[in-house]
Amino acid sequence: MTKLNTFEQAVATYEPVLGLETHIELDTNTKMFCGCSTAFGAEPNTQVCPVCLALPGALPVANKAAVEATIKIGLALNCRIAEWTRFARKNYFYPDMPKNFQTSQYEEPLCEDGYVDVVVDGKAYRVEIERVHLEEDTGKTLHVGGTTGRIHGATESLVDYNRAGIPLVEIVTKPVPGTGALAPEVARAYTAELRDIVRSLGVSDVRMEQGSLRCDVNLSLNRPGEEWGTRTETKNVNSLRSVERAVRYEVRRQSALLDAGERIFQETRHFHETTGETSPGRSKEEATDYRYFPEPDLAVMEPSREWVEELRASLPELPRKRRERLQAAWSLGDKEMQSVVNADAVDLIEATVAAGATPSAAVKWWLGELSRRANESGEELAAMRITPAEVAELQGMVDDGRLNDKLARQVIDGVLAGEGSPSDVAAKRGLEVVSDTGALEAAVDEAIAANPAVADKIRGGTHAAAGVLIGAVMKATKGQADAGTVRQIILDKLG
Amino acid sequence: MSTISREEVAHLARLARLEVTDEELDAFAGQLDVILQSMKTLAEVDTDGVQPTSHAVPLVNVFREDQPQPSLPRDAALAGGPDTFEDRFRVPRILDEEA
Amino acid sequence: MSRIIDKTAAELAADIRDGRLTSVEVTTAFLDRIDAVDGTVKAFLHVDRDGALATAREVDEAVARGEALGPLAGVPVAVKDVVVTKGMPTTAASKILEGWIPPYDATIVERIKAAKLPILGKTNMDEFAMGSSTEYSAYFKTVNPWDTGRIPGGSGGGSAAAVAAKMAPLAIGTDTGGSIRQPGAVTGTFGAKPTYGGNSRYGLIAFSSSLDTPGPVSRNALDGALLHEVISGHDPRDSTSIDAPVPPVVEAARLGATGDLSGVKLGVVKEFKEGADAAEPGVVAAYEAGLEQLVKLGAELVEVSCPSFAYALPTYYLIAPSEASSNLARYDGVRYGLRAGDDGKRSLEEVMSLTREAGFGPEVKRRIILGTYALSAGYVDAFYGKAQKVRTLIKQDFEKAFEQVDALVSPTTPFIAFEFGARTGDPYQMYLADLYTIPTNMYGGPGVSVPVGLSEGMPVGLQVMGPVLGDDITYRVAAALESTQDVLLADTAPEISAQRFTSFDEGGK
Ligand SMILES: [Mg+2]
Ligand SMILES: [Zn+2]
Repeated sequence: MTKLNTFEQAVATYEPVLGLETHIELDTNTKMFCGCSTAFGAEPNTQVCPVCLALPGALPVANKAAVEATIKIGLALNCRIAEWTRFARKNYFYPDMPKNFQTSQYEEPLCEDGYVDVVVDGKAYRVEIERVHLEEDTGKTLHVGGTTGRIHGATESLVDYNRAGIPLVEIVTKPVPGTGALAPEVARAYTAELRDIVRSLGVSDVRMEQGSLRCDVNLSLNRPGEEWGTRTETKNVNSLRSVERAVRYEVRRQSALLDAGERIFQETRHFHETTGETSPGRSKEEATDYRYFPEPDLAVMEPSREWVEELRASLPELPRKRRERLQAAWSLGDKEMQSVVNADAVDLIEATVAAGATPSAAVKWWLGELSRRANESGEELAAMRITPAEVAELQGMVDDGRLNDKLARQVIDGVLAGEGSPSDVAAKRGLEVVSDTGALEAAVDEAIAANPAVADKIRGGTHAAAGVLIGAVMKATKGQADAGTVRQIILDKLG
Repeated sequence: MSTISREEVAHLARLARLEVTDEELDAFAGQLDVILQSMKTLAEVDTDGVQPTSHAVPLVNVFREDQPQPSLPRDAALAGGPDTFEDRFRVPRILDEEA
Repeated sequence: MSRIIDKTAAELAADIRDGRLTSVEVTTAFLDRIDAVDGTVKAFLHVDRDGALATAREVDEAVARGEALGPLAGVPVAVKDVVVTKGMPTTAASKILEGWIPPYDATIVERIKAAKLPILGKTNMDEFAMGSSTEYSAYFKTVNPWDTGRIPGGSGGGSAAAVAAKMAPLAIGTDTGGSIRQPGAVTGTFGAKPTYGGNSRYGLIAFSSSLDTPGPVSRNALDGALLHEVISGHDPRDSTSIDAPVPPVVEAARLGATGDLSGVKLGVVKEFKEGADAAEPGVVAAYEAGLEQLVKLGAELVEVSCPSFAYALPTYYLIAPSEASSNLARYDGVRYGLRAGDDGKRSLEEVMSLTREAGFGPEVKRRIILGTYALSAGYVDAFYGKAQKVRTLIKQDFEKAFEQVDALVSPTTPFIAFEFGARTGDPYQMYLADLYTIPTNMYGGPGVSVPVGLSEGMPVGLQVMGPVLGDDITYRVAAALESTQDVLLADTAPEISAQRFTSFDEGGK
């Protein structure tokens, strides 16, 4: 395999064109075409019936709530809602798909032609939505006998159909050109925005880690002024960070092939979380022929305009509006708010403020210390082992003078290590500011004795020299003294 | 004049997951040809501007309320399976999707 | 004729209700008849003696308690094996479902059970209802009770033969291109394909979703109408089920039986009489004699032209196999049914292909391949899409005809029951059996076949086609035609030699 280019080399020569396909599992009570429960985590094959097991003779009936949820998503994404739409069968064999066809939509999706606006690095991008359609999820396959639990090398597989038939909304963007070096960030920002929009609608819990939001990343490269290149489709990219990494990797990989004069094949690729790399999937020779045709077991849908308007009126505050409201409430500048959004910290900060912290303190912790640590560990901010309530509690301890910044950072160490709440950690690790003035006075006396020249300067009126003595006291108390108190004692004694 | 070749029948059989024998291929290719010739007569029908029909009475917006119904007891769900293991349906290894 | 098995379902129901017969006596009589003659006829894939008698006893107890019962309570029925029955083997006459015991009932079976009709068992058919002779059953051939060297029609040859041989007073069939009417015609029985959507398809093993329709098989129109009303009506589990009142077919059959058709206009389809599509002379003769009878009853005959009917057969052979290729994809040896070739080394893909190769017969494979072809990239608009548009033209022909007439009439099938093997070598020759029945399926309206006479000693059927949801007119005309016959044609079949089938296994296939 050709050596990868660096990302910078790649985007200096080529222009990436992005495309994103997102599947979101809806949070309905029942499956798309039968009355089975959709609750997560049930024992295998306990949420199945003749319909979702595809027993001979069983027939589907569409779940109205799923159709409504899809229309709401379409409306929130500024789409046109179809006046006439229907389901279609997508025929292909796979053991996790009981009927060996997926009931999906083909030429007539429920929603079409919308857009999502995102801002990256102060620049606005409009990601155009091609279609939003409704389909059904597959079952889950457990691969047995291989070393990694992957399909590769497995000797057999075990199938659980509880997930089969859960309503799935597929959201497909139009190709997104013109993002240049920001392609990975735009892909991420779009996915985050989509997730926030869907979450705000209350139609899905959009948990990437539980697979209720799954992304396919399409990417092609072309030289400036030339036609778009052949795209690859990287499947099952399942975190915001992975979306960014998958784009970055494909840019580097494809550019190296193109530099070497090789062709890009239109193919499906798999993303590997551990390495951040992609590898080719299904073989190319048997080009899939899905033999789509209109589903004869289901009636067509004609969403009335009244129904659509009723649903539009029921839409809650969407993330963009909410961000504007919060930005004003938190008194943040545009740039600062953008950093909050890009760090995926809006919810976290809102919850921290709700738990009692001031907005500025909440922003400071999440964008400062905690973002730095998330970056170091390669985690999402929200996935860190500290809750907004704990951050608010930490700030409260600082405000009360029980912690200083340095101690607070040590408390965070403990919370992230799973040692308990900030007060638990402070107690266990003995991380309280020393407020016993007797002990502090003794430490100050020691410092004066050890630094007579400095003490003379202070006596002479050079109060700035107090810093040396404060440093000595802090050192002696292992940082647990309050610097302000120490300074006051020094000035009282020498002033 | 042949409209469908033996190779084409073999390709269709693969798509339909049918492991057909050589004799079947020969027989099917010939028989399908006759049938397809008959179907070609449809090409002569003028259907410009004609809407498709799929059902006797056109039905629209047939929906179900989002209310859970009992699922099958697990034993009943698994009872028909040719091979099950630990409450799941067991299948032979699936051909590698990844290179 | 004093035997229980010679009585009509309506007579049996009245006898049971009024205490002249018990349901156990009636059910036993038919079970004994099955024992006696099914070794020859081979109409049943499975007989449920215990289950049928259990229901019969319930009915008798209810009668003893003086409870009000449905109009067919206690009268046994046979069910085509394409209909799913809980706890009772259901195979669609395919090896791929051998041994499958469904965990649920089809809606029409639930309704039969609720109406307390003992279910005698499951009847033979062409595999997955694909065929016109029942020769494509994966298990055995059913014979025509009129001549054991001839086919009983198909796909519902088992249901028709069971009724013709008086092994059941009533049976359930399904009709996708003529599978109730054509077997009815060639066995001298009555069969009705109701309006598509008038009867639930939930639990019908799907062949062609937009065409499949379950309906009654019986010896006369009134019995058929009574069973029609038991199974009909809206079903929320079938999205294509029509939410409208059931047409008053029983009332219509009673009205027809009075022998008065004055004011009724019947359309004779011009195109059916011409060219290569014309029926055998003997069939035409019997049919035309029937038309004369109808005119004597007061009906007016009007010639109507339905030019698009000429395209019904090719349209059908695009739509039905296309839908079937997708409907039959689920038989893959994972969740139920046969699995072949799983030697621990082969991949799932290979095992699936071997399973489907071993489990499906030649006609099923042929249609799966045909449908796969018709749906392939590049062909779906030219074939499936085009066929759906031609369906519209056929529908328009019907609608135009029904502006002039109340119902259309034709022979049910162009030829009498043929000899075994006569058409299996050339699938297209087999498909011609459904030439006159298929237009109704394309349209979605109702159609019945009623015995009209004999040709070469074999029964001939007359088809009555009605407008969508106008099932009642088809029953009325059929019952009127029956009223002109001194003896029901179904009762003139030669007696079958009561040769005991010694290896009959009651637990059955
Ligand atoms: Mg999809
Ligand atoms: Zn289900």
